[in-house]
Amino acid sequence: MEFFHKVTTYPFMHTRRAWYGVSIAAVIASIVLLFWHGLNLGIDFTGGVVLEFAYPAPVNIEQTRGALSKAGFEAQVQHFGDDRSIMVRLLPHKGQDVNAVSVAVTDALKKVTPQVELRRAEVVGAQVGDELTNQGGLAVLFTFILIGIYTWFRFQWKMGVSAVVATLHDPLLIFGFFAVTQIPFDLSCLAAILAVIGYSLNDTVVVFDRVRENFHSMRKASPEAVMDASINQTLSRTIITSGATLLTVGVLLVEGGETLRGFSAALTIGILVGTYSSIYVAGALALDLKLNARDLMKIEREKEVDAMP
Amino acid sequence: MYQFAKWKYWLVILVMLFGIVFALPNVFGEAPALQLSRNDRKPMSEEDSTRLLGVLKTENVTFDTSYLEKDRMVLRFAKNGNDQRTKARAAILKGTGGDYLIALANASRMPDWIRHIGLKPMSLGLDLRGGVHFVYEVDINAAITQSLESLASDARTLLREKRIPYDNVTLENNVLRVTLRSASDLKAANDALRTSDGGYDVKTQNEGAGAYIELRLTPAEIKRRQDLAVQQNITTLRNRIDELGVSEPQVSKQALNRIEVQLPGVDDPNEAIRVLGATATLEFRLVDMNGNAYDAERTKRVPIGSKLYKMREDGTPILLKREIVVSGDQLTDAMPGFTEGLPSVNVKLDARGGARMLKTTRENVGKRMAVVYIEQKRLAEGEVCKGTRSGNDCVEEEVISAPTIQGVFGQSFQITGLMATEASELSLLLRAGSLAAPQAIVEQRSVGPSLGQDNIDRGIRAMLIGLVLTFAFMAVYYRAFGWIANLVLISNLILTVGLLSMLQASLSLPGIAAVVFHMGIAVDANILIYERIREELRMGNSPLSSINIGFEKAFATIADSNVTTLIAGVVLFAFGTGTIRSFAIVMTLGILTSLFTSVIGSRALVHAIWGNRRKLDHLSI
Repeated sequence: MEFFHKVTTYPFMHTRRAWYGVSIAAVIASIVLLFWHGLNLGIDFTGGVVLEFAYPAPVNIEQTRGALSKAGFEAQVQHFGDDRSIMVRLLPHKGQDVNAVSVAVTDALKKVTPQVELRRAEVVGAQVGDELTNQGGLAVLFTFILIGIYTWFRFQWKMGVSAVVATLHDPLLIFGFFAVTQIPFDLSCLAAILAVIGYSLNDTVVVFDRVRENFHSMRKASPEAVMDASINQTLSRTIITSGATLLTVGVLLVEGGETLRGFSAALTIGILVGTYSSIYVAGALALDLKLNARDLMKIEREKEVDAMP
Repeated sequence: MYQFAKWKYWLVILVMLFGIVFALPNVFGEAPALQLSRNDRKPMSEEDSTRLLGVLKTENVTFDTSYLEKDRMVLRFAKNGNDQRTKARAAILKGTGGDYLIALANASRMPDWIRHIGLKPMSLGLDLRGGVHFVYEVDINAAITQSLESLASDARTLLREKRIPYDNVTLENNVLRVTLRSASDLKAANDALRTSDGGYDVKTQNEGAGAYIELRLTPAEIKRRQDLAVQQNITTLRNRIDELGVSEPQVSKQALNRIEVQLPGVDDPNEAIRVLGATATLEFRLVDMNGNAYDAERTKRVPIGSKLYKMREDGTPILLKREIVVSGDQLTDAMPGFTEGLPSVNVKLDARGGARMLKTTRENVGKRMAVVYIEQKRLAEGEVCKGTRSGNDCVEEEVISAPTIQGVFGQSFQITGLMATEASELSLLLRAGSLAAPQAIVEQRSVGPSLGQDNIDRGIRAMLIGLVLTFAFMAVYYRAFGWIANLVLISNLILTVGLLSMLQASLSLPGIAAVVFHMGIAVDANILIYERIREELRMGNSPLSSINIGFEKAFATIADSNVTTLIAGVVLFAFGTGTIRSFAIVMTLGILTSLFTSVIGSRALVHAIWGNRRKLDHLSI
């Protein structure tokens, strides 16, 4: 079977201005949403208590919430996965012994349903949360710096800049998605974002590799034609790989359970956005930075000099 | 024309064999087990084993196998042998008293020969096997303040001893200021204080009437003391955890002042917190040389002014004077070292303790002094208290050693007569038993065993479905080459599992997710190659040269694109902790294995199938 029997010749770059509009609008919308709605940050970042309970029979949320407020807790209660499991979330209060809280909540729920089972308890101090937020930010920053250095070194600065901009674009949209849906954003979502950064760049690098090759073989063609040809030549691979990866990540989304929900959602969005951005952000931007054959020739010549004994 | 070196075949075969062997222990599954170790921390011997097996036999407990592993003995039960395990635990507790520490565990059901080679299955994270994870934060500033407070009291004593008049000794913002009556004493005071301890920056000031000396800790000394405080607390926690009876606990330093504790298989975090919160101290007492300890033990009549203790090592009785020479809060440091070529523990006391020690030793040369280790803890349910019990509280007192006083000593002295390992252990114990800086729990996560099993089941199901879908897709889309990609994917999974088992890096739920996500990435390398081959075929090249060129050209792209994902993986590893780290490890290992399998492995396969055909005019791709 073959979806792309001939090499396609879609004029991708012709419409790039319109797609810039789409990208910029999406990024601005994401930033606005991020500030306006904010992320539904998990306790990994805010600190607090999350308890997961399993009941022998379907449980009524209102009743549970009532039992907890009677015991003096102001808690978020929601079903977790199915109607026999609930998740209780409390924000930390200064000077409160968080460990005692988990015991007290369990006792309060046991009064209503003695068979309730505490399946998971997570208690994170507010300070630890702050540190994780900082560390997470640092991790993202470091990834960008290292990736920027690598692409700069391996390709050429115009390509490096375009790749980094495209890679910046993706996590922003994922943040926007999390702000809209208010899916809890925890540490594993941050890990997913870093994985997406790697993945999206992977896509960009495949295209750029072809661009470099084509600038050598298509000496007479315009940069735009070279870019279009490169994208078309790698299109089949781009779509098949994205498809294969989406397939497995989709399985995670459906089968991975509630714990991995945010994580798989971030990956799914990231793969879609990453595929798009490697063409319409990275490729288009490199073109508009006036990438031409000479930029790449220069590198080759420098390399040859380096290789001389 | 199409060259493929022989050694590459051998490399592929070798690497795959290696992967299969290391991955092998994972296919046998686990069964409930007990881990037994001696209470005195000596390694388990064949005699212990015979004794325990005898106990089990009389109680009619059935089990699958038993073996010695490192210093412990493992008893493995049938797959659903939880009831037998409970029975065995009760039988051992009853039959041997408190001689053995019993930890509930799961043991792999792999055959003995695999275990003998030393292979292990992957180690599962707490979210998969259930357990408790804490992070303690040590108040390292309190440790500094405490040590300065003890320095302040030392300074007062020293100045008084040297008869140097002073106005006051104040401690403010971690600066100790000694204000003297007269400036003429400045030098003498300075000398006196200098002998007390190193690691201070000393500043003297002589302003008319107000002459003073300021002492502050050097940054290096502050760092050393903070590290020491954290290390002390880690030692204390380790000792406590040993008492908890947890299999494969982990206690590690995290950041500058954090301690991470992982207790697999523990399902009540609060019980663990109680036991870990126990306190320990140390006392020095003179040995009662007149009384007969054995008589006292037998008749239960202890001479007036004495108290009966037991030696930690062998439980022999010893009589000590009731009067305490030095107590644990006067101990400032304990380090292992060598004295006249013999292993020793070098102990430092504060000035008050030093003065007491000096006086006592001066009057008692040739007599014996005992080091008593005292531990106070809250008992867990069913736990035996080896000391005096009141309610749920338990105080255990043991004599660590009772050496003869060889000469007069004061603030710092050595305890000798120990083996090198004992010396370092004792100094750790001494430190652990004394000045532990205050610590609080800042993070706690616990996962019940049922959720752990759920997570494993979900993870494995997601992995299998993902695998089947990818297989089907590749086979349909690339036909024969698709099956090669599938074979490569399987080898890739085997290698990843093998590497994870070899490195014993713990696998968490995000780790399994990384395996699933990675299957998509892993086939990417093959897709890149196959698309290139198809391209070359379309351009009218012969099948063999298409294969050749396809692999050559795709390689640079594969390498470039994988480096970027590798960077993300490495950064995640560096910044992440716990479950995220597992994600990063799997991602990084996965990239490395897929580079190998798709570039060398896949090519070897393709070459083995198509490379030697003389005439090849069609490729199934």
